[in-house]
Amino acid sequence: MAVAIILLLVAVGSVLFHIYSPWWWTPIATNWSYIDHTISITFWITGVVFFAVIAFMAYCVFRFHHKEGRQAHYNPENKKLEWWLSIGTAIGVAAMLAPGLFVWHQFVTVPADATEIEVMGQQWQWSFRLPGKDGRMGTTDVRYISPENPMGVNRDDKHGQDDVVIESGELHLPVGKPVKVLLRSVDVLHDFYVPEFRAKMDMVPGMVTYFWMTPIRTGTFDVLCAELCGSAHAQMRTKVIVDEQSEYDAWLAQQKTFAELSGRNAVTKATYRSGGK
Amino acid sequence: MVDVPYDAVTEVPPAEVAEVDLYHPRSWWTRYVFSQDAKVIAIQYSLTATAIGLVALVLSWLMRLQLGFPGTFSFIDANQYLQFITMHGMIMVIYLLTALFLGGFGNYLIPLMVGARDMVFPYVNMLSYWIYLLAVLVLASTFFVPGGPTGAGWTLYPPQAILAGTPGQDWGIVLMLASLILFIIGFTMGGLNYVVTVLQARTRGMTLMRMPLTVWGIFTATIMALLAFPALFVASVMMLFDRLLGTSFFMPALVEMGQQMKYGGGSPILFQHLFWFFGHPEVYIVALPAFGIVSDLISVHARKNIFGYRMMVWAIVAIGALSFIVWAHHMYVSGMHPKFGFFFATTTLIIAVPTAIKVYNWVLTLWRGDIHLTVPMLFALGFIITFVNGGLTGLFLGNVVVDVPLSDTMFVVAHFHMVMGVAPIMVVLGAIYHWYPKMTGRMLNDALGKFHFWVTFLGAYLIFFPMHYIGLLGVPRRYHDIGEAAFIPSSTHTLNAFISIMALIVGFAQMVFLFNLAWSYFKGRPSGGNPWRATTLEWQTPETPPGHGNWGKELPVVYRWAYDYSVPGAPQDFIPQNQPRATPVLQGAAP
Repeated sequence: MAVAIILLLVAVGSVLFHIYSPWWWTPIATNWSYIDHTISITFWITGVVFFAVIAFMAYCVFRFHHKEGRQAHYNPENKKLEWWLSIGTAIGVAAMLAPGLFVWHQFVTVPADATEIEVMGQQWQWSFRLPGKDGRMGTTDVRYISPENPMGVNRDDKHGQDDVVIESGELHLPVGKPVKVLLRSVDVLHDFYVPEFRAKMDMVPGMVTYFWMTPIRTGTFDVLCAELCGSAHAQMRTKVIVDEQSEYDAWLAQQKTFAELSGRNAVTKATYRSGGK
Repeated sequence: MVDVPYDAVTEVPPAEVAEVDLYHPRSWWTRYVFSQDAKVIAIQYSLTATAIGLVALVLSWLMRLQLGFPGTFSFIDANQYLQFITMHGMIMVIYLLTALFLGGFGNYLIPLMVGARDMVFPYVNMLSYWIYLLAVLVLASTFFVPGGPTGAGWTLYPPQAILAGTPGQDWGIVLMLASLILFIIGFTMGGLNYVVTVLQARTRGMTLMRMPLTVWGIFTATIMALLAFPALFVASVMMLFDRLLGTSFFMPALVEMGQQMKYGGGSPILFQHLFWFFGHPEVYIVALPAFGIVSDLISVHARKNIFGYRMMVWAIVAIGALSFIVWAHHMYVSGMHPKFGFFFATTTLIIAVPTAIKVYNWVLTLWRGDIHLTVPMLFALGFIITFVNGGLTGLFLGNVVVDVPLSDTMFVVAHFHMVMGVAPIMVVLGAIYHWYPKMTGRMLNDALGKFHFWVTFLGAYLIFFPMHYIGLLGVPRRYHDIGEAAFIPSSTHTLNAFISIMALIVGFAQMVFLFNLAWSYFKGRPSGGNPWRATTLEWQTPETPPGHGNWGKELPVVYRWAYDYSVPGAPQDFIPQNQPRATPVLQGAAP
């Protein structure tokens, strides 16, 4: 009896904790509310199953615990019941999977008008690059990385000269504009993680990964690293600020381009290098 | 399944080892140390796994002290925290759970439950243990080498695992990889034994579909392990080459701390595929033996046949097969091709169906049973709750788009601890209470057992259930200190402190359990040969604990399935598998 009540209390307590928990997802700041809806559907379906199974189990313990003279029923199988339960489960699973795959299709389909920006991770800081007036970013390679060129931008690429480079700083984004976030790492795995954005993706040295989103509200958000990257993993932080377009433009105007940052020295070197070949 | 005429029984080809052919020990050394008796090897495996498991338990205390009270304990810094999580994870998953379920329970139970005298290759079986012990010692030695153990996380993802920004880059990672390689060699020797013994050494009448589900679970898990561990083996060898010889299997061109490294052309994601091709089946390598064992615990202690035996067997086999095509659900945000998400989310959620069938059949076995709330039964009930909870949160993480916000948060930590930490440990503990009488001839103390169960079950649930919500909030895993962030309310710190205190309490309860194991060995109530009045063969041995060779002069002959409990008209509420047919054939029972 006591055991049955405790088992039931575990189920009831879990549901109550869920309802009254002060720990819940952060208010969303991007278009990915679909993800939150899919999580809600999943909570409902799994919550019902969880409660039903535990409550049934508690009832069995209450009703069929050993008493003098009780004999268990002999009941090896029940094909019909087993099939119905399997089909019911399959339907519940499909009800979670279908919206999940639907939203995933949106997640991996980048809109054509998304602006590309770049986030680069390294132990243990974040750098950012935005396309310049030509709307394209120049190519990069880790082999180009040096103290004067921390993001490894290709000096010979004319698209790279007007790229806005923010080394180890904060990122600003305009509200309401879709962005494709290109992700790059120069040393180990990192993960550009802003809880309010919902979307995140690992950054892998040797390749460029991406996700896309549209910020829907202004504000300042913490950027954390979500993929273990060594000793100072927990301290690898910065901020991303979502601005109204006018504020964003004002901020952008103050930023330095790659050509400005690297100065004539870089141009000379680039000429020498291409001349050398 | 229920009843087969004796004539049919004799048609099953016998594979008997004559009693005299066994290698009998001639000295104390060959009896207790270099023993070839599977039961002794099982106890050696179990004691070693428990010893290293205690190290992992202490590490979890240290981690929780840091997380619950950041900044209070000056002797724990960021690097040590990473070393603690890495060693805790690796020890618990591989050196404790895998070794205990397969090397411990597999060795003890397979020969006894299928009616064999021993494993088919006893000498190789002995070597298996000694190589495992060597692997454990190499692993433990990393605590004492310069730089300490590796802090790369138990997933050991390159490039960071072998670069200087991660603690243990000098010796720790090299010895970790060496230890894994040794473990796999040792495991392969044992694993081949378990599989061949089940296939070749079953006694007369023990058809595959009469085997207890415990054997089915361990058997299937062993086949999976033999297929999955080679992926980890090659990954370990390749990473060792990257670290020691300067090859670039997993290392692209990179710049570390401003220095251009000599690596180039390798793929970090390749390692992740290899790791999880092993790592996901590994989850089921731990889970399937637990599924099998808990089925038997529920059946015995509810005095009722397991419901839907055939469906249970096929569910084990289906889960084992499916688990090889779901591995990349650990990599949804790894940067692999995004289209993979569609495939792996679908396969992952399909696996929920056979898994749910198993849960239904466990609770349906309780329905109209005669439920004895013994300590093993309590642990079985605790397993069902924690497994259902952890399994359902798996549906969040398996559903690719839901995984995106939750991956790498404390939600994941809570999920896998519930489903492959607490749930299998519930089964391990229940199984020890269940089979300890067979291993020692004495019962474990019941009052201490119930105390142990309630503190462990409720405590572990209070640790891991709220932890999901810290992850839902967005707190990442593998942070020694979440620090200040706008989205983290201060109440989170209070919850973390509560979880840490529960962790200390649950850990303490395990000391009570260890005391019970030691005390009962000398003072426990004598159990007799079959204290639970169970049907399976291990309870029908002529001696308790069983002698070398298990069965004395004659092997048992099996006449029925493993679940003849409460058969109508039978004089007792159980009929052992080796009891010749005397009761009338049941009409309408399972074929």
